Amino acid sequence: MKAVVTVTLKPDVLDPQGQAIQHAARFLGYDAVRDVRQGKRFELTLEPAADREEAAALLSELAEKLLANPVIEDFRVESIES
Amino acid sequence: MFSVIQFPGSNDDRDTRFAMKSVLGVPSELAWHKSADLPADTRAVLLPGGFSYGDYLRCGAMARFSPVMAAVRRFAEAGGPVLGICNGFQILCESGLLPGALLRNRDLHFVCEHVALRVERSAPPFTSRARVGEILHIPVKHGEGSYFADDATLARLEERGQVLLRYCENPNGSRNDIAGVANEAGNVFGMMPHPEHAVEPVVGGTDGARILGSLVDFVQGRGKAA
Repeated sequence: MKAVVTVTLKPDVLDPQGQAIQHAARFLGYDAVRDVRQGKRFELTLEPAADREEAAALLSELAEKLLANPVIEDFRVESIES
Repeated sequence: MFSVIQFPGSNDDRDTRFAMKSVLGVPSELAWHKSADLPADTRAVLLPGGFSYGDYLRCGAMARFSPVMAAVRRFAEAGGPVLGICNGFQILCESGLLPGALLRNRDLHFVCEHVALRVERSAPPFTSRARVGEILHIPVKHGEGSYFADDATLARLEERGQVLLRYCENPNGSRNDIAGVANEAGNVFGMMPHPEHAVEPVVGGTDGARILGSLVDFVQGRGKAA
């Protein structure tokens, strides 16, 4: 079973890396890029679970405890594929 | 006994022990991160600077799960004094023993310089040897030292006087210029500047000994006056 979890900074947390990337994009001439927020993507391989809900619950718990710091970050379980 | 916790990737553990022993005259013991217990007779815990677990995932995120951290948590919850310096501060935030989190510096640069810190509170166990409003000069060296807490948390910290040290000139984008913050009970304290690197005139000053010395006073039963 494969899953993807993304972690991003909360909207009210300053993201200087994202800003630097945005500036670089503008420097390259991509004037259409108005904002960049950088995040992390975790690709996980899980033991086969009984169902997707069970896997989703496990992933949320893991994200809250480890993958994301809830003080500054939000997470999203993007996909679960058997 | 002062216990200095050593994680894989800690690199200021020896400097911290040197400062405690050679300058303040108190022995300390190293506690390896895999220990389930703190050394016997531990009266204070120091979490040193460095790059525990290579800063993987987030600074301090992995160290939080080291076996010794359960013992540190028990010690802190029983009221024992815990000082986290730099990476130690990050670990205390990740562990939830201190509020907030440390983010990448605002301008993305690693800052390595002496900074001026204003003492906001003079109280044991960490700042009894300093006066309110006094300026201490202590070096910082970090890439992720921008203190963040949400508005409600910040307001609470300020109201309860948990901000002990503030930058005179903010080097990293920390909210409210916060350089060092304590928990509500006041026995857990984290700071990004390195007091252990400022204990001898030959390396640029001795103001760091005021912080570490306050802790020594507390452990030895002195410095009760706030």
